[in-house]
Amino acid sequence: MHPARARRLKLVVIMLIGVFIAGGFAFLAFKENLMLYFTPSEVAAGKAPTGQRFNIGGMVVDGSVIKSSQSVDVQFDVTDYDKTIRIKFADILPDLFREGQAIIAKGKLNTEGVFIADEVLAKHDETYMPKEVADSLKHKNKPGYDKTKPSPSPSPSPSP
Amino acid sequence: MIVEFGQFALILALILALIQAVLPLIGTLINLPNLILVARPAAQAQFLALVISFACLVYAFVIHDFSVAYVANNSNTNLPLLYRVSAVWGAHEGSLLLWALVLSLWTFAVTIFSRQVPPLMLARVVSIMGWISIGFLLFLIITSNPFARLFPVPAQGHDLNPLLQDFGLAIHPPMLYMGYVGLSVAFAFAIAAMWANRLDSAWARWSRPWTNIAWIFLTLGIALGSWWAYYELGWGGWWFWDPVENASFMPWLVATALIHSLAVTDKRSSFKAWTALLAIFAFSLSLLGTFLVRSGVLTSVHAFASDPERGVFILLFLLLVVGGSLTLFAMRAPLIKSHSQFSLLSRETALLLNNIFLVVLAIGILAGTLFPIFTVALNLGKYSVGFPFFNFIFVLLGTPLALLLGFGQLLRWKKDRARQHITKLIPLAISILLAVASVLMMSYFSFYALLGMSLAWWMLIMTITSFMQRFKNQPFSFSSLRKIPPSYYGTHIAHIGVVVFCVGITLTSNYSSKKDVLLKPGESYQMDGYRYKFNGAKQITGPNYRGYEGDVVITKNNTVIANMKPQKRIYFSQQNPMTEAAIDAGFTRDLFVALGEERGQAGAWTLRLYYKPFIRWIWLGAIIMSLGGLVASFDKRYRQKNKRTQTAAEKDRPDGELA
Repeated sequence: MHPARARRLKLVVIMLIGVFIAGGFAFLAFKENLMLYFTPSEVAAGKAPTGQRFNIGGMVVDGSVIKSSQSVDVQFDVTDYDKTIRIKFADILPDLFREGQAIIAKGKLNTEGVFIADEVLAKHDETYMPKEVADSLKHKNKPGYDKTKPSPSPSPSPSP
Repeated sequence: MIVEFGQFALILALILALIQAVLPLIGTLINLPNLILVARPAAQAQFLALVISFACLVYAFVIHDFSVAYVANNSNTNLPLLYRVSAVWGAHEGSLLLWALVLSLWTFAVTIFSRQVPPLMLARVVSIMGWISIGFLLFLIITSNPFARLFPVPAQGHDLNPLLQDFGLAIHPPMLYMGYVGLSVAFAFAIAAMWANRLDSAWARWSRPWTNIAWIFLTLGIALGSWWAYYELGWGGWWFWDPVENASFMPWLVATALIHSLAVTDKRSSFKAWTALLAIFAFSLSLLGTFLVRSGVLTSVHAFASDPERGVFILLFLLLVVGGSLTLFAMRAPLIKSHSQFSLLSRETALLLNNIFLVVLAIGILAGTLFPIFTVALNLGKYSVGFPFFNFIFVLLGTPLALLLGFGQLLRWKKDRARQHITKLIPLAISILLAVASVLMMSYFSFYALLGMSLAWWMLIMTITSFMQRFKNQPFSFSSLRKIPPSYYGTHIAHIGVVVFCVGITLTSNYSSKKDVLLKPGESYQMDGYRYKFNGAKQITGPNYRGYEGDVVITKNNTVIANMKPQKRIYFSQQNPMTEAAIDAGFTRDLFVALGEERGQAGAWTLRLYYKPFIRWIWLGAIIMSLGGLVASFDKRYRQKNKRTQTAAEKDRPDGELA
């Protein structure tokens, strides 16, 4: 083989090996960090894994939010209008968290069937409903789905 | 009236873009110099039309013209003037108009600053940018007209999203767009060069300053976004691997690879096909970013208003651009001959590896970002990819990149001898020792901190060594410093920026402390040697919001460090509260206090406290990198008319093509 070509081949082989090794590691990390999304009904039916992180999404049940007056702990229920799952969270909730709104929580299920969240997501748009939640609610013709879009009324605000 | 004028100017811009795209194209095909000369004035006129159109929209915002739907949706009479102007690009329609304006600004700049480029080549570049402009202007006029009227006219508008009412975010989108769209220049040059079958070092030299400047804007835009997320949105985080953040980071990675690859094509006339491919990918990823942000396929904190029809349009446009340019590439690439050879140990190899790692990192991030979309589209379930994956591949590929950065600068072009570089093990050992010392100064040991600091010291030592190589054969003096070309300074400054950035992310990621606490007035909390004393919260009223302001005094060894006033605001036009964190910024650490919510009757509040060492270094590093890019752009080489590109034969046939 032409020496230049042999050199190029060597270079390509080295690079391919490098890329494959990196790709293999990346793939393993990818598999490990892949998180599935479950609805409260699926969690209640035992489809969600215990001891492994996953996402759960639903509407925060009105009146279910209990805030500790001793610590930052908070607990609330999420529902898909079929089943309800209790969530515990030991952090400050995002600004947009409100009862009756859709949220996504990330965390693990404990042995009592309570979801211990390490992250709660609510979006920066008042009319927001996470796509996953909207889709899972669409299959259930329960009231409340359309109510999540409050018409943002321009408030006549007093100018200083 | 003014609004109709803006609308008219927008349509005029589309017509001018058509002229700019089509006439020079015909001119180059049938060799009509008159048509080729149309490119420059048409592009300049299009720019003018878009400036007028944009100014009309700004005017509508300033005078509160709520008969324009876009203004009514994103402004309010209580909104301060600065945010009324920035509200122009606060939502979809206006940000697209800004995009089109920025594109025509770049085209305008190309027509002004490309005197060294032969007219025929310039006409091709301008024509390609015209085609891109047509795509965006059609998109704007058909699906997202910012001048659409609203009837009946409301007396008051909705407000601009309060999150966007912030100085950092007022300038973040224009910066990012300058970067995104700026990559279209490198793209247009690459396509033009392939079209003319002239992928050579002259083409690389023309592209280099444009790529640098686009990259500077992209770097600063991303850094600004990260800074904004930190103090406004993120409750103290500076990077979330959010799909929209990834959408800006991927083109940055590929653009960084492109800058390095262009250097090889310019200096060694090698890597030509690869460089052209990178230019295509960099711009395609910018378009993909637009698609991701604007189509609503993603659940992201950033994906504001979105609409499927718009998504389809951008997706088709993206497919057209990527498909068309890759087809052209497939036709031209086999014709490219590389005359230069390089051995396994050479600067070319180091830069090639740099490119591979950067691109593989971009691909990894792309996979992590798009995977959830594909599984949903193919009905395979709903997944999300956790941030540890992104952190992992960043460290996995960043480590060899940092090692290469240090070593590659000292390698010779073409061929180097391994024996000469065995001595580099000494600085490597010194780096590790210095890193051990650095980590011992911190509160506890961490392997990742040791790794990060070793890499930082290694890059620092090697960058300085590389810079000092200039003085091997001449004394270190002011006159010899002046003789060094700007691009040499630029490279080394940018690499120092990488060092600063590396220190920042290493120390922030490994030694930050965070605590959410519930404190009654008078209570305090101790963390990392700082005592946070909460003195209660009081009600406040602002121009378009009311809320609460907490009072937290931070002391260290009984000395007052800072008096923090974190706020919780409720804007009149929205129902949701907004957190305004208080930050005591410092060169080696930030202290961060955010107000949560009131609990119970005793005036107790939940508070989030952060101690973030060296976090400023992350953004400082980005600024230094950009500075390096800027300095390098001033290199005279890029503006010289090169003898090889303007031969006598080319004067007869302006492009020097073989018929």
